[in-house]
Amino acid sequence: MSEVTTGPQFGQSKWSMVGKDPYSMPLDEIDLSHPGIWQANEFLPFMERLRQEDPVHYCKNSAVGPYWSVMKYNDIMEVDTSPEIYSSEPTINIVDSFEEFTFPSFISMDPPKHDEQRRVVQGVVAPANLKNLEGLIRQRVCTILDGLPLLEEIDWVERVSIELTTQMLATLFDFPFEDRHMLTHWSDVATAIPGRGSVIQNQAERGEAMQECLAYFTRLWNERVNLEGGNDLVSMLAHAEATRNMPPMEYLGNIILLIVGGNDTTRNSMSGGVVALNENPGEYDKLRADPSVIPNMICEIIRWQTPLAYMRRTARVDTVLRDKQIKAGDKVVMWYASGNRDEEVIERANDFWIDRLHARQHLSFGFGLHRCMGNRLAEMQLRILWEEIMQRFQQVEVVGEPERIYSSFVKGYSKLPVVLYPL
Amino acid sequence: MVNILFIEHDGTEHPVAVDIGSSVMQAAVSNGVPGIDADCGGSCSCATCHVYVDAQWLDKLDAMNPAEEAMLSLSTDRQANSRLSCQLPVTEKLDGLVVTTPEFQF
Repeated sequence: MSEVTTGPQFGQSKWSMVGKDPYSMPLDEIDLSHPGIWQANEFLPFMERLRQEDPVHYCKNSAVGPYWSVMKYNDIMEVDTSPEIYSSEPTINIVDSFEEFTFPSFISMDPPKHDEQRRVVQGVVAPANLKNLEGLIRQRVCTILDGLPLLEEIDWVERVSIELTTQMLATLFDFPFEDRHMLTHWSDVATAIPGRGSVIQNQAERGEAMQECLAYFTRLWNERVNLEGGNDLVSMLAHAEATRNMPPMEYLGNIILLIVGGNDTTRNSMSGGVVALNENPGEYDKLRADPSVIPNMICEIIRWQTPLAYMRRTARVDTVLRDKQIKAGDKVVMWYASGNRDEEVIERANDFWIDRLHARQHLSFGFGLHRCMGNRLAEMQLRILWEEIMQRFQQVEVVGEPERIYSSFVKGYSKLPVVLYPL
Repeated sequence: MVNILFIEHDGTEHPVAVDIGSSVMQAAVSNGVPGIDADCGGSCSCATCHVYVDAQWLDKLDAMNPAEEAMLSLSTDRQANSRLSCQLPVTEKLDGLVVTTPEFQF
């Protein structure tokens, strides 16, 4: 555990599989939880081997302790839709040691409390409300894209993906717009693995940032709790029966959930789409020839990127999955990133295929009661972004190796150098 | 063949004729009826094949199982006649069924 809490040694950890041959190492030593192969973009063949040879895989020794990996699409579906067997409590993260620094929120609750709290906030990202937001989102996308310099290298992550998702979050919380970068910071801190090259050096720094977040949001709560109405997330939480008496740590937990859920994920799909189209120039040509494919392409981007690589459950009871005996209390990790590449369910699963049939059928949002609440908002933001990109740019060209995040959970990019070519 | 009428939220009608044995969701998807997303492909785990069942047909349907009830309970647009169409098998007694699709699937 020490490496997780004291900080990773990038690429040097004894747990790292970076540079190892996925097919010659002993099967039981494959450990997808270590962030190394995710940052190095070497995870695909490890997942492929497990899908073929040991689709419900037990990893006995890892920096985060023993855990099961569920690799196939249909098995993941089974786990995700069986909350009576596989609990979301106490945490949906593979790392138990995060518990003292993360806070209760409805993503890590089971029914009925999960359902009660989720109902309070989901209206804000329900399609009826999104219809009202579409104009605002398009206006912001246009402003951001029109402000970008042409024909010189820029960082797409910083200039577009972060900016756009952070502005959206600020709107949903009715968060003071000039302070919106703090939302990005808290989101990054909440999921970061402390250490060299990370946004935090140790868990104490995470604690400080979370206290700062709680203090800020408590002020917003206090300002709004006695005001009538208010259709922002803070007002909704402050007014609803199911949430208005939440203890502070639970309020913080739900705020962090909404920040991370609305930030990291869409941000990385915004970057991932650029990467995917550059790696597949034929698909980029298809998009130029017929931009009406964009809504379908968005689903394919979200599948291909899988911005959250997994969700973890904990077995409530002894159970059997395929031929494996899972014991009550075992950690069970559903690797969405693997299920989304499962050839048994998804045709040409490793291909990025923008006019794919049934593109909506992917695991990136999860399934069952915990299915991503913001899925339609994410799709809308991505759709508008690509509609406006195609109005302006002949190509968003990736001009250097993307920098990937050191995490086996948040699957995304910290830097993506691009050059924009106008129409 | 069994006849099913899908009505969009704006009133546009889509009559389809389908074989017994599929689901009302599949009847819509395979006939290109808009308004049914069916993200999970029919395993009662996403609630994006939500429909409103015409009142006279409600008691001809099989009762909801707990999984359908659980998914629908999180829908923001649920009404008394809400069902998930992937959980409605097409049978002879449903010939003439009328369902309305919501403006949004969520």
